[in-house]
Amino acid sequence: MKDKMIKAGKISDIPEGEGRVFRSGRNEIAVFRLAAEIQGSSGQGSQGSRIPSNPRILEPSSIVVAIDNRCPHHAGPLADGIVSGDLVICPLHGHKFNLKTGESTGDEGKIKTYPVFVDGEEVFMENDLIS
Amino acid sequence: MGKRLVVIGNGIAGIATVDEVLRLDPDMQISIFGKERHFGYNRVLLSEVLAGKMGIDSIYLKNRDWYEKNNIDLHLGMKVVGIDTQNKKITAEDGSAISYDSLLVATGSSSYIPPIKGVEKEGVFPFRNIEDTEGILNGARDSIYEGKIVASVVYDPEGIMEKVRMSKKAIVIGGGLLGLEAARALSLHGVEVTIAHIMDRLMEQYLDETASHMLKKELERMGIRVLLNHEAAQILGYPRVRGVSFSDGGIYDADLVVIAAGIRPNIEFARRSGIKVNKGILVNDHMETSVKDIYSVGECAEHRDRTYGLVAPIMEQAKVAAGAICGSGGASYEGSIPASILKVMGISLMSIGDFSDQSADIEEIVYKDESASVYKKVLVRKDRVTGAILLGDVNDGPRILRLVKEGIDVSSMRTRILFGDQASGTATMSEADLVCRCLGITKGMIVKAIEEHGITSLNGVAKHTKACTSCRGCSSLIEQILQEALGGDYSVEPKDPPLCSCINLSQVELRDKIIEKGLKSVKDVLINFATAPGCEKCKPAISYLLNEVWIDGYEEDRSARFINDRVHANIQKDGGFSVIPRIPGGVVTSEELRKIADVADRYAVPMVKITGGQRISLFGVKKEQLPAIWSDLGMRSGHAYTKAVRTCKTCVGTQFCRFGLADSISLGVAMESRFQGLATPAKIKIGVSGCPRNCAEATIKDIGVVGIQDGWEVYVGGNGGNRVRSADLLVSVKSGDDAIRVSGLFLQYYREDGRFGERTSSFVERVGMEKIKETLFKDSLKNVRLGERLDLSLAVLKDPWEEGSKPVAVRQFEELGVYEG
Ligand code: SRM
Ligand SMILES: Cc1cc2nc3c(=O)[nH]c(=O)nc-3n(C[C@H](O)[C@H](O)[C@H](O)COP(=O)(O)OP(=O)(O)OC[C@H]3O[C@@H](n4cnc5c(N)ncnc54)[C@H](O)[C@@H]3O)c2cc1C
Ligand code: SF4
Ligand code: FES
Repeated sequence: MKDKMIKAGKISDIPEGEGRVFRSGRNEIAVFRLAAEIQGSSGQGSQGSRIPSNPRILEPSSIVVAIDNRCPHHAGPLADGIVSGDLVICPLHGHKFNLKTGESTGDEGKIKTYPVFVDGEEVFMENDLIS
Repeated sequence: MGKRLVVIGNGIAGIATVDEVLRLDPDMQISIFGKERHFGYNRVLLSEVLAGKMGIDSIYLKNRDWYEKNNIDLHLGMKVVGIDTQNKKITAEDGSAISYDSLLVATGSSSYIPPIKGVEKEGVFPFRNIEDTEGILNGARDSIYEGKIVASVVYDPEGIMEKVRMSKKAIVIGGGLLGLEAARALSLHGVEVTIAHIMDRLMEQYLDETASHMLKKELERMGIRVLLNHEAAQILGYPRVRGVSFSDGGIYDADLVVIAAGIRPNIEFARRSGIKVNKGILVNDHMETSVKDIYSVGECAEHRDRTYGLVAPIMEQAKVAAGAICGSGGASYEGSIPASILKVMGISLMSIGDFSDQSADIEEIVYKDESASVYKKVLVRKDRVTGAILLGDVNDGPRILRLVKEGIDVSSMRTRILFGDQASGTATMSEADLVCRCLGITKGMIVKAIEEHGITSLNGVAKHTKACTSCRGCSSLIEQILQEALGGDYSVEPKDPPLCSCINLSQVELRDKIIEKGLKSVKDVLINFATAPGCEKCKPAISYLLNEVWIDGYEEDRSARFINDRVHANIQKDGGFSVIPRIPGGVVTSEELRKIADVADRYAVPMVKITGGQRISLFGVKKEQLPAIWSDLGMRSGHAYTKAVRTCKTCVGTQFCRFGLADSISLGVAMESRFQGLATPAKIKIGVSGCPRNCAEATIKDIGVVGIQDGWEVYVGGNGGNRVRSADLLVSVKSGDDAIRVSGLFLQYYREDGRFGERTSSFVERVGMEKIKETLFKDSLKNVRLGERLDLSLAVLKDPWEEGSKPVAVRQFEELGVYEG
């Protein structure tokens, strides 16, 4: 199933604690690299990326995560938000979303998250999910 | 499988009982129905939300994790409409039904809306839940906003517009606890508030005439008007409220009305289902209703002829109910002594017990000092204290509450009842004395937690015991207990607020620690002092502090900055950006204008606009276009997107104007050129006018300079914006150079002592002009040092737009990539 992986970039393309947009057709996906040391309680797992060779057998990363870029409130660009642990804070009006589950901490519902796979330096996403 | 408990009501009572049940019987299957769409939250803190001191996010009692972890079958936004007591089933409004072994009715109350004509109009709100609070806040904002729109109409022969502009007015109907808290919160937003109360004194349930009178004076001192004996008759205006008329014929203007006229227990469907009710749902000492296996706690329950509208009794009831539900009962509820505290900043008020008791054998012991605004009174009946009022000094509250609760014979201590052993503070409290009355936490519980968990801070106590997480009125008591328990290891926390919920240090303390420990990165600061991962509030504040303290010897962390400070442009509603180049003093060359025009064409900029800050903005630019636009403009950043020195507006002055007394253009250009881009706690705007006609509006700027005969006046702390404030005169000087010098000293003082996000207008009010003048002009050591540090900071400033060609962060202006199918 996962042979339709596409390369989204390199881990070093995203500064720690920030997000960048990956565009797929009209779809905007915000890809974040969580800060390794200071992150939310649920995030202190292994680097997830150290598993060798083929992305096909990787577990989704807990360090690089992806969600829909546009905030359900008024379409603020979440990739431009500040990250706090596992949460991202929308830069327009401050609604907060969990980067791992997509849940808003308030009433903005749940937004889509996408599994991201890291193999060494390379970051992959699943073709059929993002396009 | 365990038994099934169904809980109706997701409020404090429902959740407290569930918490207790889970402790007693982790296997219990639990379903919770809540009419509101929110996870359980702490209603008490809505007052803080309304005052703008807390966000909705921080008042939730439980998050999704808690419901999931405990396998709770949660139905939010779902009202229960009936109970089939025969078949032990409840029905929800969507028709679904669910059976129970035990049922807990914890439906709380609703606001009582008195029969006033027109209460359905726009701008009229009760004050009970999150939606009401948001509505009132929006109403408060709307009314201010409307005022501004109308004020822009020019033709105004009778000064009507002037009146409308001032009409940010609210009337709070009801002078009880809730009404007073709502009134104070609104007044903090700059709204002009009137409380209209039907009775002849405020908080009549809890206060006597003297206390009520003194309280009224305190409120009036805060600018809140109090109307007693006023019964609201009709809400005027259509469709939005414009005023309120009263039964005595009087009319008062208002564009916002809050109704806080009391509460009514939610008992309708319980009544329909055949459960016995009176004012509330009748319960016995085990919180059992008249129907087997149905229990009730909280504001909806009536026990021994009483209903309670406070949290502390709920906590006691919840424990008993949980015991009964889990069959481990035995404990019984004997009723609570009501003790309420007013959560209004600047007023200490506590009332204990019952004041309606007028029996002849009641004696009063009273202390009153009107000029100090202190009033204390206890009611004694047959050598037992039955009630107390403490106004202006509530330190003895816990001790007196214990005297009441335990029915202690006070005949031997009558002269000391009102004045416990002042010197030793909490040392005189017994283990059983309540500290956090909201949640029923005693001194003993806190001391035990301090010992067991090695707690050294108020936050730690809050985390482990939950004390002080509700109204927070007990913070100073807990600090005393900490001090008592830890001795020298604990120094009382200062009155400065903590930076945010991640870091329990005030900004001043954190700044000291950063210097002391030599911390140079946001990460290091967080690792050392944060209890949470760092949020959108503290990270930018720490970034600011590092820059201010270390000038440039620190590690810049872009992930800790708001997006504007990552890309040096202001984010707009669609995620695009605005570009405002620097035009010092508003003086622009034709060549610069041409370049701006060329850029506008070349990049198809959607709008070019003259700003309110005397410069030109390009609106609707894409992030990726920023570097190229900056480079083509060849102008410096105007810093219109950040907390830094922004503009200096000028007027014509002696260069051309026939009234000019001073060369405002030259001074304005010089000032802006010197201070441009200097990072400050909040944005800085400067104005320089050439004469007191003040065409540059200098006296509503953070720093304003006004030309006079033979010199300049320098003003500070002015503000346009949300709350217009005219600046205070700092000093008059002879030369423009002196004006620049003293402005610099003020700027640096504000940079070091201002709180992140605090405009100079608030800074000046907080610190006081006296202190500012003393620091800048009398304290020679401090002012020399301020001058030096300012020079150093200015010397290393770089134009952030240089990052267009030398980005600091990876792909600072670019996307990660594109996939084309
Ligand atoms: C562009 C401009 C309006 C215009 O088209 O003219 C503007 C635009 C914004 N103002 Fe302003 N203000 C502009 C002049 C003003 C002025 C007038 C002045 O500077 O003389 C004021 C009142 C003076 C004052 O600050 O005391 C002003 C008081 C505010 C406030 C209220 C501040 C306050 O203390 O209450 C805010 C909100 C805030 O800062 O939190 C604000 C916030 C904003 C923001 C940054 C809102 C935001 O965060 O996105 C707006 C950005 C729009 C955008 O898309 O870039 N703007 N704003 C003006 C830019 C001036 C410049 O050249 O730099
Ligand atoms: C602004 C404010 C400030 C306050 N300050 C203080 C204070 O400082 N100290 C203090 O002790 N107390 C204070 N109180 C009072 C305190 O908040 C209440 O006593 C307490 O919240 C009552 O809790 P409860 O669980 O009984 O009721 P509620 O909090 O009202 O919870 C009941 C819940 O049940 C839901 N419900 C009702 N009917 C149904 C149904 N049919 N089906 C499903 N769900 C239903 C309701 O929507 C509600 O969410 C304050 C109250 C307010 C509004
Ligand atoms: S530019 Fe200023 S006044 Fe205009 S909408 Fe934005 S913040 Fe409000
Ligand atoms: S657009 Fe995200 S919070 Fe408003």
